[in-house]
Amino acid sequence: MDTIFGVPTQALFGQLLIGLINGSFYALLSLGLAVIFGLLNIINFTHGAQYMMGAFVAYFLANKAGLGYWWSLVLVPLVVGFTGVIIERLMLSKLYKLDHLYGLLLTFGLALIIQGLFRNQYGTSGLPYAMPAELAGGRNLGFMFLPNYRAWVIVASLAVCIGTWFVIEKTKLGSYLRAATENPALVQAFGINVPRMITLTYGFGVALAAFAGVMAAPIYQVSPQMGADLIIVVFAVVVIGGMGSIMGSIVTGFALGLLEGLTKVFYPEASNTVIFVIMAIVLMVKPAGLFGAQK
Amino acid sequence: MPRAQKIALGSMAAFFLLAPLAVYPVFLMKAMCFALFACAFNLLIGFGGLLSFGHAMFLGTAGYVAAHAAKVWGLPPEFAILAGTAAAALLGLVTGLLAIRRQGIYFAMITLALAQMVFFFCVQAPFTGGEDGIQAVPRGRLFGVLDLANVWAMYATVFVIFIAGFMLIYRVIHSPFGQVLKAIRENEQRAISLGYDVNRYKLLAYLLSATLAGLAGATKALVFQLASLTDVHWSMSGEVVLMTLLGGLGTVFGPVVGAFVIITMENYLSQIGAWVTVVQGAIFVVCVLTFRRGIVGELANWLRKPL
Repeated sequence: MDTIFGVPTQALFGQLLIGLINGSFYALLSLGLAVIFGLLNIINFTHGAQYMMGAFVAYFLANKAGLGYWWSLVLVPLVVGFTGVIIERLMLSKLYKLDHLYGLLLTFGLALIIQGLFRNQYGTSGLPYAMPAELAGGRNLGFMFLPNYRAWVIVASLAVCIGTWFVIEKTKLGSYLRAATENPALVQAFGINVPRMITLTYGFGVALAAFAGVMAAPIYQVSPQMGADLIIVVFAVVVIGGMGSIMGSIVTGFALGLLEGLTKVFYPEASNTVIFVIMAIVLMVKPAGLFGAQK
Repeated sequence: MPRAQKIALGSMAAFFLLAPLAVYPVFLMKAMCFALFACAFNLLIGFGGLLSFGHAMFLGTAGYVAAHAAKVWGLPPEFAILAGTAAAALLGLVTGLLAIRRQGIYFAMITLALAQMVFFFCVQAPFTGGEDGIQAVPRGRLFGVLDLANVWAMYATVFVIFIAGFMLIYRVIHSPFGQVLKAIRENEQRAISLGYDVNRYKLLAYLLSATLAGLAGATKALVFQLASLTDVHWSMSGEVVLMTLLGGLGTVFGPVVGAFVIITMENYLSQIGAWVTVVQGAIFVVCVLTFRRGIVGELANWLRKPL
């Protein structure tokens, strides 16, 4: 069997693939966090719980309404995004004048409530979610076996990330958004409904998390705790990338996923901690983050 | 010390001295350990304006080191506690140097991530005993004379540690150092322009907070004769935030009240399992939306006296 640095190529590429998959989720989630943070100045601690809700709503749709994966991919972000809109209107909107830390505390509390409720109902063991039949199986690339669904996850999340980047950086709507990030009062004076924009932005960020949740459901099992530890890694990703740049979050997300995969091959003991170690190094060298600007 | 605070301090000490006549002493010892933990945390957020979301790493690490020192090295309890506290201080120095490089929300995320790293380290490291933790830690004889296996000896020790830690924090808050810390919290730029080396003050506050949180963790390990992963987990970091928020951020006595309320609640709600998390989350939401001063903060506001 072929080897690279004494590691079988099959295992190496297998782990790199898993790394890319994880990276897709890091990218989607840190993108959502960055979009929300940009306009609301709030770190959405509920993000992990909303990712988990995405997976659960997909599970409900499949088992209660008979709607499959493709329906879920469209409906779930809408449904969970709508709950985000309600949260923003009822709670977050009351906090904008206060210290930003209160937003963090509130969303942390919401995450505890949501995760606790789901755990009461469904326990801690995972529920299976069937892979869409169209994407079952896989293909042999010669150097490795590539399951179709995993390829789809990488392609779809890349597409969503780039689409989001395009909307924010290249369209008129995005320019309003960026302007409101810089100076909301001025943008409001131009007749743009900034509060509504803020609400919809939060809803969109939450929808991204829910989308990631649907994509994750067939790979990982659907479980109440699936977002709890993930969100902490995503926080580290956000610190590494800096939240100033949309493209920065995407690139950092994928790159760190890959790096984590590599660590699993060469030094598996450190695979849980490698992202945190990199965060520490980045803080020493460039405290504002790789793509961030020091405020 | 103003009169209102003297009265509050006197009632607090009297409460913890008399309560064991009516209440299960181990429960009270737990409450005091968490009260000290919350006070240490409050030193950082309430007076330095730095929200740490990773304080469990100090509580847990100190607990592991103290338990290991007492059980494997056979050290007497005073040295076990000292070793645990020193470990937390060292961890505080290392993580503090990293975390104070960013402010506000980033500070919270960084401390959370660093604490998660410590958590994974504790899961994997051989000396922590993984999921089982370090069990049956001997309490030993304090200074070679006082047998801590006796519940009243242990209670007195915890009481002394708690009051000493509390008074130390009180002194720090009301010292010139504490005043500078408040100035940094209110307006960092101005503090810098006045010539204060802001980062040194922040680091020192962080270090103190970590050390005292470690003291609480080491003591707790001896009380329960156990060090486990629960104390390093992020939910523990969240819990101490909750205690302080509920009691009153930036008040002297708030964290003690908050810790006591939360511990009591968990004790009574333990039958309902995962609902505890839901209740905790709900308290967070209610506190942030409508009750930001916390219990003691509201009381102080009503009395128009600092508490």
